Amino acid sequence: MPKITFIEADGVEHIVAVAEGTTAMQAALHNAVPGIEGACGGQAACATCHVFVDPAWLSVTGPAESEIETGMLQLAEEVRPNSRLACQITLTADLDGLVLRMPESQF
Amino acid sequence: MDSPWFEGRDPGAIPLAEFDMASPALYPHQLHWPFFERLRAEDPVHYCEKSAVGPYWSVTKYKDILEVDSNHKAFTSVAATSLEQQNLIGVDENSVQAGGFIVTDPPLHDEQRKIFSPALAPGNLATFEALIRERARQTLTALPIGEEFDWVERVSIELTSMMLATMFGYPIEERSQLKYWSDVVAGTPGDGIVESWEQRDQELKNFAARFVALREERRHQEPQTDLISILVHSPLGSQMSDVEFVSNAILLLVGGNDTTRNTMSGGLLALHNDPEQWAKLKANPALVATMVPETIRYQTPVMYQGRIATQDYGLGGKTIRKGDKVAMWYISGNRDTDAIADPDRFIIDRPNPRQHLSFGFGVHRCLGNRLAEMQLRVLWEEIMARNWARIEVTKPVKYAYSSMFRAINKMTVRIHA
Repeated sequence: MPKITFIEADGVEHIVAVAEGTTAMQAALHNAVPGIEGACGGQAACATCHVFVDPAWLSVTGPAESEIETGMLQLAEEVRPNSRLACQITLTADLDGLVLRMPESQF
Repeated sequence: MDSPWFEGRDPGAIPLAEFDMASPALYPHQLHWPFFERLRAEDPVHYCEKSAVGPYWSVTKYKDILEVDSNHKAFTSVAATSLEQQNLIGVDENSVQAGGFIVTDPPLHDEQRKIFSPALAPGNLATFEALIRERARQTLTALPIGEEFDWVERVSIELTSMMLATMFGYPIEERSQLKYWSDVVAGTPGDGIVESWEQRDQELKNFAARFVALREERRHQEPQTDLISILVHSPLGSQMSDVEFVSNAILLLVGGNDTTRNTMSGGLLALHNDPEQWAKLKANPALVATMVPETIRYQTPVMYQGRIATQDYGLGGKTIRKGDKVAMWYISGNRDTDAIADPDRFIIDRPNPRQHLSFGFGVHRCLGNRLAEMQLRVLWEEIMARNWARIEVTKPVKYAYSSMFRAINKMTVRIHA
């Protein structure tokens, strides 16, 4: 079960362990991690699951690449090169230990 | 006018082929609910062959609406967001075009939206919050206690018109002119505001002239925080043609106008109709935070948005043909029991209150959604701070003659101290 650390904008950390195949968005919502909204339910249709991938992990997750994800990230605030939509990050064994930071607000 | 297709007939008995949800006559007395319920259950992707707006598909289930909304390649927004195309393109080639970036697809859409998005970002909105709160306080202070008055006029319109004037850097004492123009753009002949398409077009030309003049004023001034100044001082915006500028100005005007206004009114009506929710809110005013998105879901101020298929597309067991008009009925999807628990109830502390279609989804998701939520949140915070026993709606409410805007034009209330 890959472990993932979510860090809120004010520094509060949440560590959750989830089954492989779960998305980072689902991991947050199912574990009541604040700071992720996921209004569209994980379809890359709302940009309210915006996260910053820790620089040490960016080469493993990769940056946002698909047209849909990069298109929707334009609706988010303060988008950076390490911005991703959490619903588009699927947790696999090689992401065990992944660190994601949340923006100040999703909405 | 011909008798509407549903008049005097049992909704459970009318053949599906006769359903035409774009009939504005359905909405003043809110007769649409049983028809959308039947469509969701019996024909979720429904073809209306003949109507005042021509043939079109109605998509009524939450997940199907989400699918269409998210796929801008298969479903274009160009000349499509209103089934009544005259709303967008006017009466002839000299007409004022309405819609701005809402009627464009990526990549042009993204370029234009980006001009305005910084103005509506959380950081910028934070600078408005104090002003919004000050106005809410003043407006609420001026209200009579124990006497009937029209909440729509004295609160919903008052606050949203002031917000609009501020967003546009428009003289605040002339804000009723802004509201009038917004109502005309959104209107339909016969709704009590628009006399004819030609009259509407003339009013839009007046609007265009005023806004082009305002833009030129701003061009020669130092950059300010209003939308027009932001536009005219941005690299892309400064080169925008007059036609495109006006079209975008209209979009922002309508987008920010009756949507928020109607949700202010609708939220109050919902609380009046469910005393248990009001009691819950009084006992715990922090619930304003989850109540605000619920009022937006429950009101669904924009009832549908249209698209046109760019290719044949299979949905709900049907084949939508290339070129077909498609209506995404947010008003129906927001009541879909497959997506939302107990959707017909107004529940102020839902666990996922933002799971609703009222802002749309995909790249066109409402640009003003944060500003809308902020205005609503501040208003409700200030109302709760007054500690009134309750706000009673004293007369039945009528909705606008419109299949797109779920508008409450008058709401008589009495505040009980």
